Amino acid sequence: MREKKANQAAVSTFADHEVILPPNKLKKAVQKVKPGEKVDFDPVAQAEAALAELADEFGTWMEQECDRLDRARNALKAAGINQGTRDALFLAAHDIKGQAETFGFPLVAPVADSLCRLIEHMPDMTRLPTSLVDQHVDAVRAITRKNTRGDSDVNAAKLANTLRRVTDEFLAHENRDRPGYLEELAGPPLAPREP
Amino acid sequence: MIRIDYNRLRFLIIDDNAHMRRILRQLLHGFGTREVYEAEDGAAGLEGFTHYSPDIVITDWAMPIFDGLELTQMIRQPGANNNPYVPIIMLTGHSEKKRVIAAREAGVTEFLAKPISAKGLYQRVLNVVANPRPFIRTRSYFGPDRRRNANPNYAGPERRKGGKADVIKQPPLLEKVKTPE
Repeated sequence: MREKKANQAAVSTFADHEVILPPNKLKKAVQKVKPGEKVDFDPVAQAEAALAELADEFGTWMEQECDRLDRARNALKAAGINQGTRDALFLAAHDIKGQAETFGFPLVAPVADSLCRLIEHMPDMTRLPTSLVDQHVDAVRAITRKNTRGDSDVNAAKLANTLRRVTDEFLAHENRDRPGYLEELAGPPLAPREP
Repeated sequence: MIRIDYNRLRFLIIDDNAHMRRILRQLLHGFGTREVYEAEDGAAGLEGFTHYSPDIVITDWAMPIFDGLELTQMIRQPGANNNPYVPIIMLTGHSEKKRVIAAREAGVTEFLAKPISAKGLYQRVLNVVANPRPFIRTRSYFGPDRRRNANPNYAGPERRKGGKADVIKQPPLLEKVKTPE
C-alpha cells in the first residue's frame, strides 16, 4: 500500500519491512545542463585551489597536533593508564593519522596509525607499554621536526616500518588468547582510499 | 546532463578537530557552498542539526561525549527530529571492514576515509544529491537502503519478505552527472 502527500514520504509496507521514498529536498540543487551548454566551473579544481590557500598554515597545524599528542603521552605517564588518558592519547594519534598526509607529512601517518593500533587492540589497556608509546610519539615529533615532507625520506620510512613491525609482534603476543582477532583486522578495507 | 548547484546546499560539519573543520569548510566553499555550519562534538552537532536544518551532515567518527556513530543513530530515530532522512557522510580515519559495516548499520549514507581529498568529498556529496536511496524500516534498522545494487548472483537467504520490494530500483541520475576527471 502506498500513500503520498506533498512533502511527505511515500511508504510501501511489506511483510516485515517498509520501503520509504523520502521527499527529495536536495532536488533544488540539481540543475539541468542543456545540450551544447558549456560548463566551465570545475568544483574539484576550485576546491583543491581553495585548500592550497591554507598550505602555509599546515606546518603550524602539524606542530599543534604533535604538541597535543605529546601532552596526552605525558598525561598518560603522569596519571597512569585509565580510560580518560587512554582515550586522549588515542584521539590525538587518530587525528594525526587522518591529517598528516593532508598537511604534507605522509610518513607521519603510518606511525600514528601504528600507535592507534597499539592502543585500540590491546586486550588489557593497563598493559599498554609506555616505552613503545614513547617511541611512537618521539618518532612523530622527529619526522615532523625534521620537516620531512613527501614520502621519499628513507630513514623516516624505515622508522615507520620498524615501529609497525614491533607493534604487530607485540599485539600478536597480547592477543594470543583471541584467535582470529588480528587476522580479521588485516582484511582489505571496504573503503579504499581515493586515487 | 545535470550539475550540482552547491550554493543551494546547507552543510553541517561535526568534528572535534578544528583543523579538520577548517579544511572541510574550505573545500565546501571551493565547491561553491555558502552555508556551512560547524559543531565540535556530537552533542553540539545534534543541537546544530535541529537548529540549522542542514541538507547534508558531514561527521567525524571518533569524538568525545558521543561519537559520530551515536549521533547518526540519534538522527535516524524516526520522530526524534524533522529530518531523519538527512544524508550523513561519515568522514573518518577508520576504514576497516568492521567499522564500515558498523557505520552502515547505524544508518550512515556515505563513508569517506581520511586522508580527505577534494575529489573524494565531491563524489560523496554528488552521490547523495544525485542518487538518493530509499529508506528501509525494519524492526532493527531504519536508514538508507543498504543494498546499493541488485546482485543477480546472490545465493544467500532472502531476508526481506514481501515480493516486489525485494529489489529496489535506483534512479540512474548519477550516470548523467558531469563528473570532473
